[in-house]
Amino acid sequence: MLSPVNVSLESLNLITLAPMLIPVIGALLILVIDIIKGGLDKTLYVVLSILFLALDFGALLESAGAFSKDGIMLGVFDVMLIDGLAIISQFIIVVTSMLFIPLALTNKRFHEFSYPEFFALFLFMIAGFQFMVATDNLILIFVGLETASLALYTLIAMHNRDKSFEAAVKYFTMGALAAGFYSFGSMVFYALTGSVEINQISAVLEANNYADIGFVLVGVVMMLGSFGFKLSVVPFHTWTPDVYEGSSAAMAGYMSIVPKIAAFVVAMRLFEFLIHAHIVWLEVVLYAMVVITMTAANMWALVQSDVKRMLAYSSISHAGFVMAAILIGTTQSNSALFLYWILFSFTNLGAFSMLWISRQKELPGYQKSDHSFEKFSGMIKTSPMAAIVMGLFMLSLAGLPPFALFWGKIYMISSAVTGGFTVLALIMALNSAIAGYYYIKLIVYMFMKDPIESNIDNNGQLYVANATTALKTIIGFAIIGTVFAFVTLDSLLEFVTAFVYNSGY
Amino acid sequence: MLDHILSILIFFPAFAGVMGFMINKESMRAYGTAVATIEFALSLWLWFSFDNNVSGMQFMEHMALVPSFGINYILGVDGISLFIIIMASFFTMIGIASLSPTHSIKNMIITLLFLQMTMIGVFAALDAIVFYVFWELSLVPMLYLIGAWGGPNRIYASVKFFLYTFTGSLVMLVGMLFMAYFFYQATGTWSFAILDWYRLILPESFQLWLFAAFFVGFAIKVPMFPFHTWLPYAHGQAPTIGSVILAAVLLKMGTYAFIRFSLPLFPDASVFFMYPIAILAIIMIIYTAMVAYAQKDIKQVVAYSSVSHMGVIILGTFALNVEGISGSIFLMIAHGVVSGALFLLVGVIYDRRHTKLMSEFGGLAHVMPRYATIFGLMLMASVGMPLTINFVGEFLSLLGFYQQSHILTLLAGIAIIVGAIYMLTAFKKIFFGEVTNEKNRNLPDVSKRELLALIPLAIITVWLGIYPKPVLGPINNSVEAVVQLMHNKATSAEAKSRIPNISGVVISRTATKEAH
Repeated sequence: MLSPVNVSLESLNLITLAPMLIPVIGALLILVIDIIKGGLDKTLYVVLSILFLALDFGALLESAGAFSKDGIMLGVFDVMLIDGLAIISQFIIVVTSMLFIPLALTNKRFHEFSYPEFFALFLFMIAGFQFMVATDNLILIFVGLETASLALYTLIAMHNRDKSFEAAVKYFTMGALAAGFYSFGSMVFYALTGSVEINQISAVLEANNYADIGFVLVGVVMMLGSFGFKLSVVPFHTWTPDVYEGSSAAMAGYMSIVPKIAAFVVAMRLFEFLIHAHIVWLEVVLYAMVVITMTAANMWALVQSDVKRMLAYSSISHAGFVMAAILIGTTQSNSALFLYWILFSFTNLGAFSMLWISRQKELPGYQKSDHSFEKFSGMIKTSPMAAIVMGLFMLSLAGLPPFALFWGKIYMISSAVTGGFTVLALIMALNSAIAGYYYIKLIVYMFMKDPIESNIDNNGQLYVANATTALKTIIGFAIIGTVFAFVTLDSLLEFVTAFVYNSGY
Repeated sequence: MLDHILSILIFFPAFAGVMGFMINKESMRAYGTAVATIEFALSLWLWFSFDNNVSGMQFMEHMALVPSFGINYILGVDGISLFIIIMASFFTMIGIASLSPTHSIKNMIITLLFLQMTMIGVFAALDAIVFYVFWELSLVPMLYLIGAWGGPNRIYASVKFFLYTFTGSLVMLVGMLFMAYFFYQATGTWSFAILDWYRLILPESFQLWLFAAFFVGFAIKVPMFPFHTWLPYAHGQAPTIGSVILAAVLLKMGTYAFIRFSLPLFPDASVFFMYPIAILAIIMIIYTAMVAYAQKDIKQVVAYSSVSHMGVIILGTFALNVEGISGSIFLMIAHGVVSGALFLLVGVIYDRRHTKLMSEFGGLAHVMPRYATIFGLMLMASVGMPLTINFVGEFLSLLGFYQQSHILTLLAGIAIIVGAIYMLTAFKKIFFGEVTNEKNRNLPDVSKRELLALIPLAIITVWLGIYPKPVLGPINNSVEAVVQLMHNKATSAEAKSRIPNISGVVISRTATKEAH
C-alpha cells in the first residue's frame, strides 16, 4: 500500500505555468472552433492568436513584476525556473510572434493560412519555446524543444511547394539528429552527477572538482553539436539556407529569431558554468566556432544570388556574432546578447517582411528564384518608398549608426573589450565590414541599377504585390524599432542588465 | 535659439530634406538652394556670435542618450571646427545652386541635404559615439551620389569608397570602445565624451595601440598613402558635386579627427609616430604629385593634386606646435576652397564637352577667356602662390614642421615645386596654343549660374590670402589650448620637449562660454 503523496498546492507555485498555458489553451480553442464550425476565415484565427499572445504578454508582465520584487521563482516540483533570462527571452518570443502572425494577412492567398491547424500549431510552438527557456531541467528543455521543433517542421511544410517539403524534411532530419545528440549529452551528464537539473549538475561537478573531465567533455561535445544545429553554427549550419529558401519569407524571418533566442538561453544556462570553471578546451572550441561562424557565413553570403539566401547566411553570421557573448561570459556580454537580439528581431523581421510583401506567384523569365537580386534593380525609380525602407533595414543589418543593430554591435564589441578578448573584438569589427559588402550589394541593385522594362510598366506593383494594411503596419513597427532604437536604448539596457544580473549571469 | 544653434544647424537640412519629398521636381533646385542658403546664413550667425577670445568649446549642448553606457549627445564648436562647419554649409549652398541639370535631380538634392547634416554633425560632435554616428552616416549619401550619378564605372568606385572607409572606421570604433573602457577603469563611470577623455592620461604603451587603431580610421579617410587608392576612383567616377563635397569637406573629417582625437588623447604616441607619419606624408606629397603629372584626365590631375596637398596638412598637424597645427587647419579651409573650385571648373568643361581628357582640348583661352582667368587664379592658389589662400596654410604648416626636422621640410618644399610643374603643364595643354579641336571652337564661356559659384570662391581665395587674420585668429586661440593640453599630458621627456609649453597663455578649457 503506497502512502498518499502529500503536496500542498501552494508549494507547486502553479502561477509559474501561466504564461505557457495561455498559448496552449489558445491553440486548443482554435481547434475546437474549427470542429464546431469549419471554413472560417483566416482573419479570425489571426486575431485570436494575437489576443492570446497579448494575454501571454500580460502574464509575462506579471512574472516580470514578481521577479523584480522577489527574485528567482521555482515551481512545479522545482522544475520551472522563472529567472531574468526566462522572462526576457519569453518577452522576445511573444513580441516577435505577435509581430509575425499578422503577416498571414496577405493580399494573395497562400495555402498554409487557410488551415486553422496552422495557427494552433503556431501557438503550440510558442508554448514549447516558452517551456524551453523557463526551466533548467534537461528533460523539460527536451520536451519544450521537441514540441516547438515538430510544430515548426509542419509549419514549414504547409507552405506547400516542392522546396518547402524538401526544407521541412531536411530540417526534420537534422533536427532529429540534434535531438539525438541532446539526449546523449543529457545522459552523460546524468550519469556523471545523478541529476538532470543544470544547477545540480554544476554543483556536483564543482564539488568533485571536475574529476571526470573526460566524460564532461563527451557531454559537452554532444551538447555543442545539438545546439550548434539549433543555432546554425558552422559546421552545423548546412540546413539553414535551404530551409530558409523553402519556407515563406515571413517564416524564414521568424525562424531566424525565435528558435535561436530559445536555444541561446539554454546554451547560456548550460555552457556558462563550464566557461566559468575555466575548461580551456571548451573555451578554445567556442572561440573557434564563433570566429568561423562569423567569418565563413559572411564569405558565403557574399556570393549568393538570392536575397533570401543572402539573409539566411547573414543570420548565421549574426548568430555567430552573438555566440561570442557566451564565450565572454560576463554580465555585460550576456546583457549584450539580449539587447542585440531584441534589436535584431525588429530589423530582421522588417527585412524579411519586405521580401514577403514582394512575393510573386509566378516568376518572370529574368528571375531565377523568388527573390533574386535582379528583381530589385532600379527599385528606387519604380517604388521609392519601398526601396528606402528596404535600404534602411540593410543599413541597420550592416551595423550602420544610428540604426538599431549598431547599438547591439557596439555593446557586444565593448563587452569583448572589457572581457579581455581584444583580438575577438577586432575580428568582430572586421566581420561587420565584410558583411557591409553584401548588404550594400542589395542597395546597389535597388538604388544604382536601372529597372527591368516590365517593372517600369507596372509601376513597381511587383514590390508591394502582397501588401495589405496589416503587413504595412508590421513593417511600420519594424521601421520604428530600427530607426528610433536609440530613444529606448537606455531603459532597455537597464532592464536587460538588471534582469540578467539578478539571475546570476 | 543660440542655445541650440548647433542642433538646428545639424538637423535643419535633414528635416528640410524629408520635407523635400513633397516638392515638385521642377522647383526642387530652388528649394534646395533656399534651404542651403538659410543654413549658410545660420552658420554665419554662428560665426558672428562666436567669441574669438575663448579658446574652449562654445555653444555646448548636452543631452543624455544612453547614460548608463556613457553615451551622451554633446555638441560644441571651437576655433578648430567653426570654419570647417561654415565651409561645409557654404559648399553645399554653392554646390546646389550651380547644379547642372541631371536625371532625378530631386533625389540628388535630398541626398545632398542629408549629407550636409552628417558633415556638420561630425564637426560639431563632442561625444565619440555621436561623432562616429555622423562619420559613418556620411558614407551613405556619398555612396548614393557616386553610385547613381557617376561615370560608367560608378558602382565599383562607390562600393570601394564605402567598404574602404567602413572598414577603417570599424577599427577606429574598437579603439573608441577601448578608450571608454580605460576611462571606466580609471573613474568607474562609462563616458564617451571627448572632453572627459582629454583628462585621462594613459601609459605610453596603451597610447601606441590606441593611436594605431584611430589612425587606421582617420588615415583611410584623409586618405593617406598607402590607403589612398579609393580616392582617385571615387573622384574619377563621381559627379561634379560629389567630387566638390568629397574634396572640400569629407576628406577634412580625417585631418580634423587627427587634431580632435589623436593629438590631445595620445600626445606621447603622437610624438612617437611623428617621423613615420611625416615620412608617409612626404611620400604622399611627392608620389601623388608625380602621379598627377602622368594623368591624361584633368579631373584625375586635380584629384591627385588634392591628395598631394592633404599630405601637407598631415605634415603640419604632426608638427605638434601651434604654427604647424594652425597652419594645417587653415590649409584645410584653403584646400577645401581651392580644390572645390577646381573640381567645379572641371565640371564646367565636362558639361560642355562630356570629356575630361586634356588631349581633347587646347587653346581654350581664346574661346573661353573668363573661364581661363578663373581657372588660372585657382591654379595659382593651388600651387601656393603668395597672396592666395593656400600659401598661408602651406607656409605655416611647413614653418611648423621646420622646427621638428629641417630635411623633411625641405623635401616637402620641393614637392610644392613639383606641384607647380604638373599644374602649369595641365594649364598649358588646355588653355594655350591654337584651338586644335574643331568642337572647341564655339564653346560658350562660363554661364551666370556657374559664375554664381565661382566668383565667391575666387573672392575668398584672394581675400583670405591677403588678410587671413579673421580666420586664423580664432583657430590660433583654440590650437594653443590643444598644444598646451598635449604638453601637460605628455609623460615622456621626449614628448615634453617636442611639444612646446605655451607659457603665459591662459588656458581655460573648462571655462566654456555659455551662450546666451
